[in-house]
Amino acid sequence: MLFELEDVTATRAGRVVFEGLYGRLCEGATGIVGPSGVGKSTLLRLLNRLADPVVGSVRHRGRDLRDADVLALRRDVGLVPQLPALLEGTVADNVVYGPRLAGRAADLAASLSLAGLDPAFGPRRAAALSVGEQQRVMLARTLALEPSVLLLDEPTSALDDAAKAAIETTLRELRDRLGLSLVLVTHDLEQAARLAGRVLALGPEGLREVSAAVFRSQ
Amino acid sequence: MTAAIHLGLGDVAATLALVAIAVAVAIWERTDLEGDIAVAVARSFVQLTAIGFVIDAIFDSDSILWVAVLLAVMVVFGAFTARGRAKRVPHAFWPLLLALATAATATLALVLALGVFPATARYLVPVGGMVIGNAMTASAVALNRLGDDVHDAVGRIEATLALGATSTEAIRPIARRSLRSGMIPLIDSTKTTGLIFFPGTMVGMLLAGASPVDAVRLQLVLLYLLLGAVALATLLAVLLSRRAFFTAEHQLRELPAPQLTPGA
Repeated sequence: MLFELEDVTATRAGRVVFEGLYGRLCEGATGIVGPSGVGKSTLLRLLNRLADPVVGSVRHRGRDLRDADVLALRRDVGLVPQLPALLEGTVADNVVYGPRLAGRAADLAASLSLAGLDPAFGPRRAAALSVGEQQRVMLARTLALEPSVLLLDEPTSALDDAAKAAIETTLRELRDRLGLSLVLVTHDLEQAARLAGRVLALGPEGLREVSAAVFRSQ
Repeated sequence: MTAAIHLGLGDVAATLALVAIAVAVAIWERTDLEGDIAVAVARSFVQLTAIGFVIDAIFDSDSILWVAVLLAVMVVFGAFTARGRAKRVPHAFWPLLLALATAATATLALVLALGVFPATARYLVPVGGMVIGNAMTASAVALNRLGDDVHDAVGRIEATLALGATSTEAIRPIARRSLRSGMIPLIDSTKTTGLIFFPGTMVGMLLAGASPVDAVRLQLVLLYLLLGAVALATLLAVLLSRRAFFTAEHQLRELPAPQLTPGA
């Protein structure tokens, strides 16, 4: 099992976001949908320990996350945040940053290609790119760490329709070609259905599987 | 020294005429600063008069122990004052206290060891006071910047942590900028000293009748000493404070919203 949540209570800014949450996320691609403020991003942050639950536990492939080395975990369970937040410097600086910290070599061109960017982007200044391109650099620098799981927080929310479709194509390729497990948080049920084999809805009653019938009715 | 200046209270009172100009400007332009000016004038008079008596007593006793007590009190007040400027840095008092104490101790010990000043109250009190005052201002500026920048860059810090960076690595660019902003004012004033302004010590010595060559040499000694002290204090304040933003598991702690005090 990719992730198991057991009786998890999480807070953010001093407020309880959800409590007593149970859920299982399988290997493969899982979409998590729900309205704003329900705690989708908070849930994602628990999965690579940017935050810890105040109560309960999260297990990753059978092991309590608190027992894992947090830096190694974050390299293997890569999170791409909702908004681009790049380091100052070039695209290449951003892509090689994570592997360099881990003492590994990075394949800049391969990482950029996987994220749908031409390797010629390497020397360009990150801050000068469009939001869509920056979002791809965010993806590329996470992929440079060769993670086995990608956590995606509303990966297309800042993009126009064309850029959104292109990112979705990239994500599908990553899922199918590299066999990456994806956990995709989105408010868009149709996008979740397009990208994930299984969709869970997060609401006040917890995590509930959304059936294929609901997809079709959308 | 060839002559010393003796000023009566009447001379001090006469300079209030210039304060009157400041008050008049404040009232005329409705800057709402006349109350602050009055408080500043009253406080400076009371505080400096009080410290004048204290220093007089310490000079008379010429006891290194009393010098140490006075400087320790200055360090504590300095840390309190700087903490007020670093509201967005959690638990900033202890890092500031340690930073100021270390900067003062290390720089004074060094100049004593090098034989620049003799270990007497007449040298240690004013030099120690300048070191602590400058270190306080620079640390306060640095931590003020650190707190603001961390609040503004939460997304970037967490995105960096998500790449497997440690908390130290994730905050490094911000810490570097804070250090720079703490040190730049003194570096700039050191660069322009003698051209755009005459520093206080030199002015004081010239007024007291010292030769310009002596005044300049003492001023240079103090400027270089302050550069070292300020660098050490801001470095320690930033290095020790940055930890408070993170948990041991390299997670950014939730930051409290800024507390805006009326009139601040």
